[in-house]
Amino acid sequence: MNTTVAPSLGSWPPDRRAASTGTGLWVFMGVATALFSLFILAYAMRMSGGDWSPIAMPWQLWLSTALLVASSALLQRAGAAARGGRWAVARAQLWAGGACALAFVGGQLWVWQILQAAQVMPVGNPAASFFYLLTAMHGLHVIGGLVGWGSTVRGARHAASPAFAWRIALCARYWHFLLAVWGGLFAALVWLTPETVRWICGTG
Amino acid sequence: MAYVQDTAHHPRSFWTQYVWSQDHKVIAVQYACTAITVGLVGLVLSNLMRLQLGFPGQFAFINAERYYQFVTMHGMIMVIYLLTALFLGGFGNYLIPLMVGARDMVFPYLNMLSFWVYLLSVLVLMASFFVPGGPTGAGWTLYPPQAILPGTPGHDWGIITMLVSLLIFIVATTMGGLNYVTTVLQARCEGMTLLRMPLSVWGIFVATILALLAFPALFVSGVMMMLDKTLGTSFFMPALVSMGQVSGHKGGSPLLFQHLFWFFGHPEVYIVALPAFGVVSDLISVHARKAIFGYRMMVWAIVVIGGLSFIVWAHHMFVSGMNPWFGFFFATSTLIIAVPTAIKVYNWVLTLWRGDIHLTVPMLFTLAFILTFLAGGLTGLFLGNVSVDIPLSGTYFVVAHFHMVMGVAPLLVVFGGIYHWFPKVTGRMLDDRIGKLHFWITFIGTYLIYFPMHYLGVLGMPRRYYNFDGYQFIPASAQTLNTFITVVALVVGAAQLLFIFNLAWSTFRGRQAPPNPWRAASLEWQTPATPPPHGNWGPQLPVVYRWAYAYSVPDAPQDFITQNAPPEAGGQELEPHGNPGRTKGAVT
Repeated sequence: MNTTVAPSLGSWPPDRRAASTGTGLWVFMGVATALFSLFILAYAMRMSGGDWSPIAMPWQLWLSTALLVASSALLQRAGAAARGGRWAVARAQLWAGGACALAFVGGQLWVWQILQAAQVMPVGNPAASFFYLLTAMHGLHVIGGLVGWGSTVRGARHAASPAFAWRIALCARYWHFLLAVWGGLFAALVWLTPETVRWICGTG
Repeated sequence: MAYVQDTAHHPRSFWTQYVWSQDHKVIAVQYACTAITVGLVGLVLSNLMRLQLGFPGQFAFINAERYYQFVTMHGMIMVIYLLTALFLGGFGNYLIPLMVGARDMVFPYLNMLSFWVYLLSVLVLMASFFVPGGPTGAGWTLYPPQAILPGTPGHDWGIITMLVSLLIFIVATTMGGLNYVTTVLQARCEGMTLLRMPLSVWGIFVATILALLAFPALFVSGVMMMLDKTLGTSFFMPALVSMGQVSGHKGGSPLLFQHLFWFFGHPEVYIVALPAFGVVSDLISVHARKAIFGYRMMVWAIVVIGGLSFIVWAHHMFVSGMNPWFGFFFATSTLIIAVPTAIKVYNWVLTLWRGDIHLTVPMLFTLAFILTFLAGGLTGLFLGNVSVDIPLSGTYFVVAHFHMVMGVAPLLVVFGGIYHWFPKVTGRMLDDRIGKLHFWITFIGTYLIYFPMHYLGVLGMPRRYYNFDGYQFIPASAQTLNTFITVVALVVGAAQLLFIFNLAWSTFRGRQAPPNPWRAASLEWQTPATPPPHGNWGPQLPVVYRWAYAYSVPDAPQDFITQNAPPEAGGQELEPHGNPGRTKGAVT
């Protein structure tokens, strides 16, 4: 992966406005981290209820995960290509990364459909309630990211500038974050059990 | 080139200048006007509550249901929609760019959206007065299970509109908060290092970080409660029989809600208090003509208080029951927070010591804040101890404590700050005589209201009660005191109309203000024009050479040296600094 800065692109981030956007994104990621951490804590605390009944995770979740990994990697490569001045490659990978993210959202909806077909409803079993809630919240953040990705793509047709490269880099950064959050959520959904929580809390 | 870019959203019509404005100063005024308006609603609600308590049964329209609705809406309005919005959206928006030498917030469009989304949250909240069943009467903490069960006023539409409004408010606060933090980090002018920023900016900056990290807890609890109410999930709702009916819920944890709520709720105290601390520090320094005592200590105290505020939340839950070791931990962390807070109070007093104190209206409010915060803070030490808290928790002692420390005290700062910065906002002075009258009625009045409540609390008078008929342990004199408190509350409430009149009248008819009427050293008073135009600084951004507290510098030609005066004017910060001349700030 070529991550060297093309001489024509100058300083990185390219200007003050770009640096502000980058800082703003870090701050937003901090807020979203707090949000998802609290959701996971609530999930863990609620597990001790006697009505908790773990649900089986459909295999399609692994497909979704793979799509998000691909999306994140493609956007990273798009950012590197743009910084290297390879604009055509950057645009193609930007498109592919967004498409994978869109497919991820589709994959999550597919999982919802499968669960509903298996009578795993949002109401009744708190484990299922949390599954729908957590995947919905994460999905909304992915959709929000796709809005930002869309505006980057819209300007991509004619753009070949440091500002455009920076926007792709920000998309990539946010997608890595979305992947990390999904990794945390998925791990909690698959491996966190009432026994584990009791062990962590020293009450087991 | 940079100037052209920075002013790209320059308003070109009445609508873009005053309504859909992206100018931080206009947005600040929009925030402030909306917050004050909704605050007046909260004030009226408190007076209605007091009418019932002072003259029970005399006002037929205040039935028990309405009483609880008034209590709930009063609390939520004052804490969230008035104080949080006014300090962050109002003061934050106006002061941050001017005080750090920026042309505007870094994301002006997002800033504009933040206000309109905030306004939407207020409208949804106000709409709850008109939905079937009226607004929620669950108390401002909205504890489940009672918040969504029949028997609680507004358990249907009222609680839904409240939760929707809160979720919208959190979105607005996040939009604004991203702006404030990023502007402080990225848009400071040359020479404006972090340790040269006025303490107002430090207070708002740290409070914003708290808001960004704490409001998600309210968001999480709000979303989950909404799902419990609308879909019938059981995140918080246990299995129970309500009004003779078995509810469909089972296994939910009301305690989980309390943890989430107070993980937001306690930092919320400091989201309101830290900006107040900062503003008070600046007002004291300006009006006592002295450098703030221990600037760096003040900055670190703000940061430490902000950090500690995240590990004390369960002191609001002592009566909910917890492992005694947790009780010990949360009582200890609560008492530790008194240390940096006391440092701040000492430093304010030491700043006043041998200062050239000018008893202007802003200074009167500032001095009143110190006294009030001290009184409210000391009773906090009582309540921070588990064994003292448990018998007092359900009494008027708590009502007196939190109103003194996070109701009256920050509002005194709001008033002081508005009297101080009004000339910069409008180019006119507020009327001094009306200001002093407003101050004395408010200051003495609030003491007459809340001081007696401590005694009522120690008597064991329970809070949250609609009436006190038939409670043998409450002496008749307590009712006399309640009547007295109500009369004073009505007077103090009416006195706020003086403030509103002063604002309205002085905006158009007030005495013309000079550019720097308080002879302040900080940057916001050094704009080329007053009120500052769009872009604040004209073609050239200011360059800063010293801190904001260069007052009464020996041998200086006047008793203050502005932050952007040339280096040879002297007055550099007393504490060591990397480079006394031009030092790094943001790129201009």
